[in-house]
Amino acid sequence: MNGVHDMGGMHGFGPVRPEPDEPIFHGEWEKRALALTLAMAAWGRWNIDVSRHARERLPPRDYLRYTYYEKWIAALAMLMVETGLISAAEAASGRPDPQAPPAQPPLTADKVAATLRRGGPSARPVEAAPRFAVGDRVRAKNLNPSGHTRLPRYTRGKCGVVVMQHGGHVFPDSNAHRQGEAPCHLYAVRFTAVELWGPEADPRHSVTLDLWEPYLDAV
Amino acid sequence: MPHDGHHHDHDGDHHQDVPSDPALRVKALETLLVDKGLVDPAALDAIIDTYEHQVGPRNGARVVARAWSDPAYLDRLRTDATAAIAELGYEGRQGEHMVIVENTPAVHNMVVCTLCSCYPWSVLGLPPVWYKSDAYRSRAVIDPRGVLADFGLSLPEETEVRVWDSTAEIRYLVIPQRPPGTEGLDEEALAALVTRDSMIGTGFAREPAA
Repeated sequence: MNGVHDMGGMHGFGPVRPEPDEPIFHGEWEKRALALTLAMAAWGRWNIDVSRHARERLPPRDYLRYTYYEKWIAALAMLMVETGLISAAEAASGRPDPQAPPAQPPLTADKVAATLRRGGPSARPVEAAPRFAVGDRVRAKNLNPSGHTRLPRYTRGKCGVVVMQHGGHVFPDSNAHRQGEAPCHLYAVRFTAVELWGPEADPRHSVTLDLWEPYLDAV
Repeated sequence: MPHDGHHHDHDGDHHQDVPSDPALRVKALETLLVDKGLVDPAALDAIIDTYEHQVGPRNGARVVARAWSDPAYLDRLRTDATAAIAELGYEGRQGEHMVIVENTPAVHNMVVCTLCSCYPWSVLGLPPVWYKSDAYRSRAVIDPRGVLADFGLSLPEETEVRVWDSTAEIRYLVIPQRPPGTEGLDEEALAALVTRDSMIGTGFAREPAA
């Protein structure tokens, strides 16, 4: 979707302000927000692409005014209601429905280390041979899906060169909509800054992105 | 039962109970999820402990120090960074598929995620606020030298800047240039010179104190 989350190349957000000696968390609630989000993912009701898309679906005004963990918490609440883990009434009141039977959490403390260590690899076997090889020139398609995509606007219609083959990976455009993992070949594609931003850009600069085969045409 | 200053209408609209302050909102959500048996509070503590005390940029610094010290290890990082990093015990969530990119006098690499805030947690821990900021996400790809200037960094004009936009589950770790004056230092001493920002590409490794 052409949302405010697709920020690459936008102007007007001001300078980057690194914080000296930044703490890992700014306040106790950020710790809880992180932990709740990771613990609730263990229910398996959504995948990483569904959860990224949930953050993108936040109202644009909220997306821009929320901090990182506020986005997480808002998207978590949305996903829990959408998947029936909690009801809208429970989300609003903060009180459990007395009729609902108590649940058993899938992620207990003893399973945390192994779960985080395992992570969620996205590599998958793909039977078809890769269409592109390192060194091939490709063009990013001009796609504007209303759903989830990992093809940023600033690359669409632009030409680049394949610099790495990453093998087969889950395709987010499908997986985010619960339409299956639909794995396909993933490539690192390098675009010159001049191609992306025009003749004023520094001719020595480039941006490299990981793009799935369905995003690419041969040139 | 007294409530926290809110009026509770038992069969009416409860939206007035949703706190606007994020700390209160998270507290309310946690209470609800624990009460419903959806989360184990001890699991929450274990997750927080992992990212507060176990997983952080010292992991990545050890990878870099070994890469500087051991050419065979650097070769393994180039061939299969995920496996080479796992040799040091670092793997898992947000580090499932690792690739290294090496800074040299001719090429400077810098990593961003313009679409969200993808970051190599297994080697760098949780991302700093600036990495997740709209300013960094928007500008890193169009004005990398301007962003580097925000960090007080200036590169020679002839240096090629390669920005990596983490659009998939591949996580990029920058191997910064080894600073001068570090010949003979052991891995531990080298790791102490490797800053978090130098492994994102918005900093250089520190030079040893004279």
